[in-house]
Amino acid sequence: MSVFLEMGGYGGFIWPCYILTLGGMVWIAVSSWRRAKAAAARLAELGMEKG
Amino acid sequence: MFDYLANPTRFMRLARLLVAPLSVLSALLILAGLYYGLLASPPDYQQGDTVRIMYVHVPAAWLASLGYVAMGACGLFYIVWRHPLADIALRAMAPVGAMFAFLTLVTGALWGKPMWGAWWVWDARLTSMLILLFFYVAVIALANAFDTAERGSRPAAILALVGLINVPIVKFSVDWWNTLHQPASLLRSGGVSIDPAMLTPLLLMLAGMHLFFAIVVILRMQAMLAERRIAALHIRNMAREGGA
Repeated sequence: MSVFLEMGGYGGFIWPCYILTLGGMVWIAVSSWRRAKAAAARLAELGMEKG
Repeated sequence: MFDYLANPTRFMRLARLLVAPLSVLSALLILAGLYYGLLASPPDYQQGDTVRIMYVHVPAAWLASLGYVAMGACGLFYIVWRHPLADIALRAMAPVGAMFAFLTLVTGALWGKPMWGAWWVWDARLTSMLILLFFYVAVIALANAFDTAERGSRPAAILALVGLINVPIVKFSVDWWNTLHQPASLLRSGGVSIDPAMLTPLLLMLAGMHLFFAIVVILRMQAMLAERRIAALHIRNMAREGGA
């Protein structure tokens, strides 16, 4: 396991790339989904037909 | 097809149908890409394990460039046909593309330090990618710089179009100038120059992350369309109350 994490001595460069990329993707996906959900709920609340 | 989708109601209906299956497909492709990229593919004979950075860096760079092309096309559609959906698509793409341009620069720096001995060099490819990020930020700022969203739409569309000139510079900078950044390995005249063991995770990550980009843009467009309808409803209610 530690050999895998070390990545041939480059783990300190490789893992931050994956953490930042996947973290950024999760963040923008969740925030966009929540925004869409909140807007759809508000629209439904106002009595407008969805879509 | 374009006429069909240009109707916001039809777009919303289609988007609701597509988001869930596309999300599953995107997640599966990315998970497979991570498996091959981190576990099943070998280290490079020169770069060692740092080659694994390529599996996130290259898709991010492609998305930053292609996202900008799509944003510029939306800008053109908005300027010529004044279609509100083109404006919404432009606004939806800008932050997502900006994030991928930023990730391209950061992951590139994390690869550059062990391989070149420097986090940053004023190389033509790196500099043109930085300019692309600045264009994204400027489009976002301009689109939101006015009291009403509609007033910022045309200036943002024009700026998105102007920035398109930088995209071929990003792509061909490695051919036009003597750069430290390596030349293209996928889209080049002599064919793909990557070993299949490394090409597999790269293609999986490219496919998964491009689908991801489309899904997030669709979600943001859904949100913006609903927000505009809410705003229109508020204005109608206020006008009705004022008239009563």
